[in-house]
Amino acid sequence: MTSQPNRLPTNGLIDRSTALSFRFDGKNFLGFKGDTLASALVANGVKLVGRSFKYHRPRGILTAGSEEPNALVELRSGARREPNTKATTAELYEGLEAASQNRWPSLNFDVMSVNQLFAPIFVAGFYYKTFMWPAKFWEAIYEPAIRRAAGLGRAAGVSDPDHYDKAWAHCDVVIAGSGPSGLAAALAAARCGARVILCEEDFALGGRLLADGGTIDGLPAAEWVTRAVAELEAMPDVRIMTRTTLFGVYDGGTYGAIERVNDHLPAPPEHQVRQRLWRIVAKRCVVAAGAIERPIVFAGNDTPGVMMASAMRSYINRYAATPARRIALFTNNEDGWRTAETAIAAGLQVAAVIDARPDVSPAHRSLASKGGFPVLHGSVSSVDGGKNGVRKISVALTGGARAEVEADGLAVSGGWNPAVGLTSYHRGRPKWRDDIAAFVPDGAPPGMVAAGAANGAFGLGACLREGFEAGAAAARDAGRSGSTGSMPVADDEAFSITPLWHVAGKGKAFVDQQHDVTASDVELAQREGFQSVEHLKRYTTLGMATDQGKTSNVAGLAIMAAVSGKSIPETGTTICRPPYVPVAIGAFAGHHRDENFHATRLTPSHHWATEQGAVFVDTGLWKRAQWYPRAGEKDWLESVTREVKAVRSGVGFCDVSTLGKIDVHGPDAGAFLDRVYINAFSSLAVGKARYGLMLREDGIVYDDGTTSRLAEDHYFLTTTTAKAGLVMQHLEFCRQVLFPELDVHLTSVSDQWAQFSIAGPSARKLLQQIVDESEDLSNEGFPFMGAREVKLRGGLKARLFRISFSGELAFEISVPARYGEAMARNLMIAGEPFGVTPYGTEALGVMRIEKGHVAGPELNGTTTAGDLGLGKMMSTKKDFIGRVMAGREALVAPNRQVVVGIKPIDKARRLRSGAHIIPKGETPGPDNDQGYVTSVCFSPVLDQWIGLGLVERGRERIGEIVRAHDPLRGEDYDVELCNPVFYDPDGGRQRG
Amino acid sequence: MRIVCPFCGERELGEFTYLGDAKPQRPAPDAGEDAVYDYVYLRDNIAGVMGEHWYHGGGCRTWLKVTRNTLTHEISAVEPAAGAGAGQVVK
Repeated sequence: MTSQPNRLPTNGLIDRSTALSFRFDGKNFLGFKGDTLASALVANGVKLVGRSFKYHRPRGILTAGSEEPNALVELRSGARREPNTKATTAELYEGLEAASQNRWPSLNFDVMSVNQLFAPIFVAGFYYKTFMWPAKFWEAIYEPAIRRAAGLGRAAGVSDPDHYDKAWAHCDVVIAGSGPSGLAAALAAARCGARVILCEEDFALGGRLLADGGTIDGLPAAEWVTRAVAELEAMPDVRIMTRTTLFGVYDGGTYGAIERVNDHLPAPPEHQVRQRLWRIVAKRCVVAAGAIERPIVFAGNDTPGVMMASAMRSYINRYAATPARRIALFTNNEDGWRTAETAIAAGLQVAAVIDARPDVSPAHRSLASKGGFPVLHGSVSSVDGGKNGVRKISVALTGGARAEVEADGLAVSGGWNPAVGLTSYHRGRPKWRDDIAAFVPDGAPPGMVAAGAANGAFGLGACLREGFEAGAAAARDAGRSGSTGSMPVADDEAFSITPLWHVAGKGKAFVDQQHDVTASDVELAQREGFQSVEHLKRYTTLGMATDQGKTSNVAGLAIMAAVSGKSIPETGTTICRPPYVPVAIGAFAGHHRDENFHATRLTPSHHWATEQGAVFVDTGLWKRAQWYPRAGEKDWLESVTREVKAVRSGVGFCDVSTLGKIDVHGPDAGAFLDRVYINAFSSLAVGKARYGLMLREDGIVYDDGTTSRLAEDHYFLTTTTAKAGLVMQHLEFCRQVLFPELDVHLTSVSDQWAQFSIAGPSARKLLQQIVDESEDLSNEGFPFMGAREVKLRGGLKARLFRISFSGELAFEISVPARYGEAMARNLMIAGEPFGVTPYGTEALGVMRIEKGHVAGPELNGTTTAGDLGLGKMMSTKKDFIGRVMAGREALVAPNRQVVVGIKPIDKARRLRSGAHIIPKGETPGPDNDQGYVTSVCFSPVLDQWIGLGLVERGRERIGEIVRAHDPLRGEDYDVELCNPVFYDPDGGRQRG
Repeated sequence: MRIVCPFCGERELGEFTYLGDAKPQRPAPDAGEDAVYDYVYLRDNIAGVMGEHWYHGGGCRTWLKVTRNTLTHEISAVEPAAGAGAGQVVK
């Protein structure tokens, strides 16, 4: 293990008493608490941290924040391996493991760096130009090869073991960023009495103050930050969230934020989440997200050791880790000089300051003479170095002469770009400001304002002032009227800049380092006619990497502007879209994954059915018992066949609580149902049930179910399981929006009633053991399609219906849901003498097909009542939803595909749903396709496979033999079209 | 997006279901096929301010008429949609 050769002996916001060991590319290192992975690597003298995307060029650390394009690593290992993690924001923890990316076999010796030799073919649009021919090679050869060679980290490839959470928060003012502007805004807003949420993406509060210091209210910046934070923390309605990035702005003052709750630990502690996705609803938002220093594009600007000037200050001042011992500075603005000041103060050598501006201030001149370094007026034209860092810097001096500077690090400052992402997320376009040569927000989404550096105010005093005023205004707008107290004050530094984007020179000059887009790629794209910046972006992939071009976009469009002879504002910007930083899909999903992907609904008898060993099937959100296997049964078919036979010969019961249930109350309940069903319900006698069919307004069947009249003004309506919620919504629409004159009320009672179907010749005998002796269940006392409230033994009131889906003598009984499980148990006990058999949805389905009842596969959103053989139900005496459109020519055409029974000629053959019906002697194909098989089952009664289908003119063709053509399964066999009611066609059994 | 339900207060978008143009009114039973066809199929889709039906299924189950700018998602009015789609009263 090496010591930390580049760790400075004093200062820094690190805890030198807590050493942390970590591994990078298999090598052990030490860092300190308070380090990021990047600062620890800097302290350890590691310059080479990755290989670039296309050319596999050696890359180092460019920045010290979330804008980092180069220092991307695979963090952690195994299932927790996370690719493309920025070393600059990854907090160091004991035992951290990281690996560099896009290199093989090692970072030092990377085979694919030969790509650099082929650089001429990797120009802008090279995919489109190079891999066009032959076309079929793309998928098989080119794409896989490109994906292997170009790319970033590897995903873990296994399920993420960690949990992610989602949460809501509400406040008056949300503030993005805790630098001087953000803290000042928080102080002003909170003092006014506003409920404040302050989000800071770093683990420490203070923003640039952490690296650049300064004096606020006469105090050293660090001390002022401590006091401000203490004041905020003491206020009850202020929430400070570190490790939290505000990443998106959504409609109605909703903001997205990602909190990295436990990313700074090897693994989340037990029962804790890794990250939490926040949706913050705020009346006002202050964006104090600061600014991002931008590079200047020159040859070799991607050499490890070339670093943003502000990042170098961060490493030296905040982390006490220096990226170099002899530093050169290349700047075009006043602010860059701070790095020279920092270097001198830290006892480092400054090799030279290369300043692109014509003048340098007297203060800086005296710094240069004090530090003993030259000030060169000109630009860096190229950097000589490699994977081990910078060696020599070539300078093109103003006036034409050249100079060389020997240094092991080059700090670059091309000026500052306000972080305009958040303010531009509602398709806002920033505006150009000449004085700072940068884009600043031009308005913002409703309720949002930018302050400080994010608004182009770069001086410390200006940041405090803007932040404070924005915070106070936000609190007032949110209705808070307290006193702001006094505003923190500081001096403003001078800022002057001479725009400089690109220095011409020999060698690759990178605009977008993460996607390996060079200045010449931008120029080439412009020459090839990609005039719009949106086209430039897509053609060159500039700014499309995981950093979204935070350090590259403005330089790219400045170069574009230069070659096209337009101004930068004329060239314009691309549209900004959230998220501001990459957010794991897992965080968006939260706990909604695997079995918790959606809610699970359990029927009232679920636990009892589990005890019975039922096999469950997912139907929508429900788990329904599909069948109840018994010992010795070899497959599902054997179990289902037994259940069907038991029902048809004795008695069985099935939990049908999943049906939608709606109580319809009111004097106009009957009139209302008349308008939503095709058949009449106002004429239904009290104590009776009727099958009803609903259409959509376009004439297609919507839903079906049985509706009973329990009282003059009270109907009990059932829907299919699948449509329960939608029918309720539809009926409410009809009631509220279409027919407000009707005095009727709807109550969803789906969850209130447990409902069981009790079917079979012994159903009545079983039921007599359940209901009170006083209840008359005889055929005369309670005939087919009867419906009424009954008293059960023990006094419980239940609703009883004599309806049959199975075709047998059958009842459905509803009891309050909390009695559902007890009902199932009682039916088993009371039914024992009759051999009662619980049956599942499969047996239910078999019996409905045997009876020719339509269900989901036939009510498929394309069929009419006539198609289903239910056309006669359509009343001609009343208006109803769908009546007029159902009469359209095509919907009543004689050649429509209608429901018909289907059975194979070969009785041993299995019929399959989905098989197409083709006339005998015709060639299968679209022209001869006359329909298809919709539902199939093995019928224990007929001892063969049978089915229902939708077949052209099917009802007129009963007895005709046609082909069932099933190209998907490679089958083709003869079937007979038959009456869809296979079992007890005159219905004597259900009436008996 | 957030909608201020007149009965439940300001609620999040996920509680609501969108239907669409709130202008069409269901024709009288004798209005004829053309009128019904227009009612069923012709919908305005305005780039700007329009009235829309939204259902507060995650709350009070009221159908609402929401006046929304489809370009900015700004909601300027929310009212119960009672009778908004009613044509002539059916006799």
